[in-house]
Amino acid sequence: MEKVIELEDVWVRYGNQTILEAINLELKEPNGLLGIIGPNGGGKTTFLKVLLGLLKPYKGSVKIFGKSPEKSRDLVGYVPQYKGFDFDFPISVWEVVLTGRMSHTGFLKKYSEEDKKAAEEALRTVEMFQLKDRQIGQLSGGQRQRVFIARALATNPKLLLLDEPNSGLDPHMQDELYRLLDRLKHEMAVIMVTHDLSAVSVYVDRIACLNRTLHYHNSREIPAEDLEATYQCPVELIAHGVPHRVLEQHKGSS
Amino acid sequence: MFDLLQYTFIQNALAAAILASVACGIIGAYVVVKKIVFISGGIAHASFGGVGLGYYLGINPMYGVLPFSLLAALVMGTVSKKSKIPEDSAIGILWSLGMALGVIFVYLTPGYAPDLMTYLFGNILTVPRIDLYLMLALDLIIVGAVYLFYKEFLALCFDEEFTTVQGVPTEKLYLFLLCIIALTIVVLIKVVGIILVIALLTIPATLSRKFTNNLKHMMLISIAFGTAISVTGIGLSYALDVPSGATIILVLSLVYGFVAVGMDMFEGRRVSNS
Ligand SMILES: Nc1ncnc2c1ncn2[C@@H]1O[C@H](COP(=O)(O)OP(=O)(O)O)[C@@H](O)[C@H]1O
Ligand SMILES: [Mg+2]
Repeated sequence: MEKVIELEDVWVRYGNQTILEAINLELKEPNGLLGIIGPNGGGKTTFLKVLLGLLKPYKGSVKIFGKSPEKSRDLVGYVPQYKGFDFDFPISVWEVVLTGRMSHTGFLKKYSEEDKKAAEEALRTVEMFQLKDRQIGQLSGGQRQRVFIARALATNPKLLLLDEPNSGLDPHMQDELYRLLDRLKHEMAVIMVTHDLSAVSVYVDRIACLNRTLHYHNSREIPAEDLEATYQCPVELIAHGVPHRVLEQHKGSS
Repeated sequence: MFDLLQYTFIQNALAAAILASVACGIIGAYVVVKKIVFISGGIAHASFGGVGLGYYLGINPMYGVLPFSLLAALVMGTVSKKSKIPEDSAIGILWSLGMALGVIFVYLTPGYAPDLMTYLFGNILTVPRIDLYLMLALDLIIVGAVYLFYKEFLALCFDEEFTTVQGVPTEKLYLFLLCIIALTIVVLIKVVGIILVIALLTIPATLSRKFTNNLKHMMLISIAFGTAISVTGIGLSYALDVPSGATIILVLSLVYGFVAVGMDMFEGRRVSNS
């Protein structure tokens, strides 16, 4: 069985600024939800871009399902961070979701029946099929997020990457999102990055902390030192609102 | 009115108006939704270098513009994405560089440069047959390219990063789109001239966006608007004996103004009624 992700000593720089430092990560399990938390500017988006092959590390090796990120694109679904989008763009929900099939359809070919079936199934999974003819701007924030998840699912991914999918959603919509991810994680490996600690809810199977360096222990609890190192302040200050089962008992207090 | 149609120059002008409207309707839609108006304007102005080169070499300036505008598209597309300076500065520099080259070439050309003004401001009433054939050929290339690459262009314009993740070579595709824009500019030059090209690329597309949420329909409605308005413009410019290119742009702007204000008022009423 191939490892889902294998990162070895990955370094990323913008100019002479180091954004990611000596990242090692091995993810073997083909399903489950990995939550990666870290402060704004901690390098979460950069990290996902490395997994997607959008950014080349200047040092280190990146393997997705045993191959380079470029070669595994038909196995990876991507839900980008929610910003700078032109929601006035003349495109329908259906057309958006179909673009998630391009890695299968191939260049210069029309979308096949199989592509359309996959897009329909993806839209049904997120319960948005009935709105497939809407223009993308005529949806609520939560509905739009589900369309972008459907676009990623249309790829039929074995690995799903979500960049701050919970931002801009109200608590009720966030909860719906987590329940959706909870269903999806049985069929694929899911990675969700977020700066929002309270998002690492009961649904997360594994947690990592990312702020330039990555702390990962293949468990659903975060050692308090890791959290402190990531957020650079005492756990008492950051733990507010974090579900207690997620935080490991503070060594000093136990 | 109908006896006008027996004049060859009027027939040519109408043919040019239709050929130009097809190109600008289709490609203008991409220019508007991808928000690349500025780089398109840059390609158009830089291609004045090609006009100058044509005069200098003593060939039909259209054959100077064609390669020059393609080159301008490739250089601008590459430099604006790859260089360290901000994209709009890079475009601004190349924009004026191309025009400066054109001025120097024209200056170096011995004798007088006939019709120079028609390249800057267009004159649809003097389009020769041979240019119509060139416009037709370019239209066929443009329509063919968009037919073949429709799904890729749509994805590229909507979300470039996601399209890259889907394994589409988006950098090359973007350069290709800029080249198609360059060809469109060549089609439009005789109609409104280099200076006013950008109006034909933006106004019909922006106007049609108000009537549909579908890119393909946007293109078709743009073509219809463009044709109707440029034919009206030709008629007015002939009747009033004023420059045709500028008249077409004025009619376009007026129609756009009326439609935009009218729709806003209508929608404002609907909102306040509900
Ligand atoms: N294109 C870029 N050029 C230079 N620096 C960048 C670029 N993109 C991001 N950065 C920097 O990299 C750091 C990490 O950014 P990012 O990965 O977006 O963080 P996060 O997603 O965790 O908020 C930030 O300090 C940001 O300023
Ligand atoms: Mg981010």
